[in-house]
Amino acid sequence: MRETAVSESRPLQWLLIGAALAFLALFLVLPLVAVFAEALRKGVEPLLASYADEDTIAAIYLTLVVAAIAVPLNLVFGIAAAWAIAKFEFHGKSLLISLIDLPFSVSPVVSGLTFVLLFGAQGVFGPWLDAWDIKIIFAVPGIVLATIFVTFPFIARELIPLMQEQGTAEEEAALTLGASGWRTFMTVTLPNVRWALLYGVLLCNARAMGEFGAVSVVSGHIRGLTNTMPLQVEILYNEYNFVGAFAVAALLAGLALVTLAAKSILEWRHAEGLSTARRH
Amino acid sequence: MTVARVRGGSFALVRPSALPGFGLTLGFATTYLSLIVLLPLVVLIWRASDLGVEGIWRVAISPRVLAALEVSFVTSLLAALLNAVFGTLVAWVLVRYDFPGRRLLDAAVDLPFALPTAVAGIALAALYAPNGWIGAFFAPWGIKIAFTPLGIFIALVFIGLPFVVRTVQPVLQDFEREIEEASATLGATRLQTVFRVVLPALLPALVTGVALAFARAVGEYGSVIFIAGNIPFVSEIAPLLIVTRLEEFDYAGASAIAVVMLAISFVALLIINSVQALSRRRYDGA
Repeated sequence: MRETAVSESRPLQWLLIGAALAFLALFLVLPLVAVFAEALRKGVEPLLASYADEDTIAAIYLTLVVAAIAVPLNLVFGIAAAWAIAKFEFHGKSLLISLIDLPFSVSPVVSGLTFVLLFGAQGVFGPWLDAWDIKIIFAVPGIVLATIFVTFPFIARELIPLMQEQGTAEEEAALTLGASGWRTFMTVTLPNVRWALLYGVLLCNARAMGEFGAVSVVSGHIRGLTNTMPLQVEILYNEYNFVGAFAVAALLAGLALVTLAAKSILEWRHAEGLSTARRH
Repeated sequence: MTVARVRGGSFALVRPSALPGFGLTLGFATTYLSLIVLLPLVVLIWRASDLGVEGIWRVAISPRVLAALEVSFVTSLLAALLNAVFGTLVAWVLVRYDFPGRRLLDAAVDLPFALPTAVAGIALAALYAPNGWIGAFFAPWGIKIAFTPLGIFIALVFIGLPFVVRTVQPVLQDFEREIEEASATLGATRLQTVFRVVLPALLPALVTGVALAFARAVGEYGSVIFIAGNIPFVSEIAPLLIVTRLEEFDYAGASAIAVVMLAISFVALLIINSVQALSRRRYDGA
């Protein structure tokens, strides 16, 4: 086929598609395949045996606990911030929106560092915490705080643009008909944003479970106590226990695949329920 | 919730609204934001300011820090530039062509966002090590990828790709084909149309995507440290040096490097923003 005015010739198209495919295969698909291949390198049995390791089980449990605290807190924040920003006009709104995105432009290591400076032994609140025998750094609360910091914007940034697009007319109608503010929110606003909410929670949860840099700085790497799954991957890897490391990595990769699948389904089936200004 | 309704209406800086809950939600959101995000960052800057501007400068120009900053910023820039080329290509192919598996590919582009960085790190290290699937190809030629700056570059390409694709893709999607038809009608070849009509229109989005990929790469830690080798002066990145300083309990030194990194990233983003504003003005004016 000859090249037309607004498209490339067929062979050139296939050449470009081939180049894009080769690039994605090399940089995206191959690393993913490598995770599962390395986990299965010595067969199924050693792989399954590594899931029986006590420290690995403790790491999986801690990861679930941290996500179970961080995600709901950021969910409440996301809803509150989106309600104030999308439904009202006030001064300083655009500043507030930029500040919400701030954690995305800070290196995870730097986020972890800030919490050490606040709550570490030599930190601002260090002596006070020590006097009350409260441990935050090198303990679970520090891990939770660092995770909340790095996953902070995910839910808010999905909800804000969508709720801005939706305006306030429906809520005003509900209030006029006599519904209370809470009832209006529960029966009008929440159903309108449910898919965007789920979308934000998915991304927030994936990052919360997978965060490495920030958590690594505040965790102290105490076996069985302050290791999340990504940290357990690092410890096993550095001990040359590659099957063990890739076994935990395979679980996290599985989580990533489930997240991607769920996210894609939301994008295909419920595109109208997500903001058009959504960035990712 | 009736309490919030009253407070919402009485807030002086807000336009009156029939909706309740303004005071409550804004109050909660700003308090939470201040405690979780702003307070820690303020403490970081306050802690670094203990050293004074001169002290921070001395940390910044100490040879090891300078070397780490150079490794971080140079490899991040190179990775972002490679992503500019291939990210645009991927976006182009996804938007313009129809082929089997296109939607699957589209979904796969977000993998680096979803895959935990430590997982990506050990997978890349395994692939590019001298005995790995890819590393073994290059080992006989004396080319080492893992445990050199080249390895860092590979990890940063992985991390940055979706930023470029996802910023260019929607702009390309909305680009009006009539403009391309007009260009062709006026006698331009397809190549001329693509390079002189379509790509300039994509440029602001491309610059944004590259800036995002660059900013992410500079701060990246998890996917890099496994493949980098972490040799001071050669393949040690700035975030790793912060961790090292922390492990030595040198809080001030760690804060100083962190502040320098934030400052350089901030300046880089400022430059990119103005370049972008300039190119947008030129394009709109043309």
